[in-house]
Amino acid sequence: MLAQDVSQAVGDTPLVGLPALSPPGYQLYLKLEGHNPTGSVKDRVAKYLIEQAEQAGLLPGSRILEPTSGNTGIALAAICAPRGYKLTCVMPENTSEERRTLLTMYGVDLVFSPAEEGSNGAVRVAQEMAADDPDVVMPFQYGNPANPQAHYETTGPEIIRDVPDVAALVAGLGTGGTLTGVGQRLKEHNPDVLVIAAEPEYGDLVYGLRNLDEGFIPPVLDESVLDGRIKVNSLSALAATRELITSEGIFAGPSTGAAVSVARRVCTPQRLPEGSKVVVVSPDGGWKYLSTGAYDPGDLEHIAERLENTLWA
Amino acid sequence: MAIEVRVPTALRQHTDGEQKVVGQGSTLAELLDDLESRHAGLRGALVRDDGQLHRFINVYANDEDVRFLGGLQTPLDDGDTVSILPAVAGG
Repeated sequence: MLAQDVSQAVGDTPLVGLPALSPPGYQLYLKLEGHNPTGSVKDRVAKYLIEQAEQAGLLPGSRILEPTSGNTGIALAAICAPRGYKLTCVMPENTSEERRTLLTMYGVDLVFSPAEEGSNGAVRVAQEMAADDPDVVMPFQYGNPANPQAHYETTGPEIIRDVPDVAALVAGLGTGGTLTGVGQRLKEHNPDVLVIAAEPEYGDLVYGLRNLDEGFIPPVLDESVLDGRIKVNSLSALAATRELITSEGIFAGPSTGAAVSVARRVCTPQRLPEGSKVVVVSPDGGWKYLSTGAYDPGDLEHIAERLENTLWA
Repeated sequence: MAIEVRVPTALRQHTDGEQKVVGQGSTLAELLDDLESRHAGLRGALVRDDGQLHRFINVYANDEDVRFLGGLQTPLDDGDTVSILPAVAGG
């Protein structure tokens, strides 16, 4: 595979069978989005967001502003740096150290939002900054149709090409872009495909004291595509993440464990006929989470308790 | 019939600061009515005037969002767990 520049190397990721972790009678496949250039599914989204902004007249030297829990920022940085765009990312202060290091290395200006406001806080701060500064361009992954479009036009067709008889899709719920874009594409292919969201369940710190009337549901999320939404706590996510390493040889991040854990749960005859193939989206590899202790030796419950107040999705 | 309910920090003003409370009912609606008798205000924070669940709150029965089960009519059993969590985005 030859690419003329890094943005051309986005997508076409491997879809890998999970023979050891598939429940009897079912076949799980994991879409390894960590194989994208900056190591996450967000490379697809960043490429679409920037190219759409360019079509709308974005000029070199412009400043991009985006709220992110990390992966989108890193992906945007890799697209923006070579094209001469400046980038400011607003990120909750309780994201992993690797994300901050990577963004700083790419020359990104970082603004931190309070941990207790979660990623909703990053959205709030970025929106306030954008309102005060008419010169910045905010692609806004949470509300930009280019986000699900990236998945509708690339991730979805890749899955259909590789597993045409896919019966169910399981992916994490972050912005909702993956579930919306891939889910719509798969349902056009076969309306009976089940689309299930795996949602991380965090510790109290992440949910914070926020006023519940001021919640945030990403406008790009099309909830009508979903057939179910299942939460996974840090311990279950971590246990599955480690099983992926020891049983399948796949080193993925905690959200992948969460999605695999949900995929195994939906493999019951009440939901899916035996013989069904289930595609799980792995948003990233484990590298950016080493500092969280997620892979350290020791008691898993202890490690999960430490992890649950870090935004791991 | 004992059902354990995880209450988010923002709603603990209704539960004397307790993170977990216990209630009973054969549906989510019955459980919320039962909880309301001891934890006044909790039901109102979850259910809108039109009888639908508040948009920014997700209620899970045994880890599954009740919007995809039966909403407030979701059946519950002894030993089930219910979690109330604010909607949080990622990305």
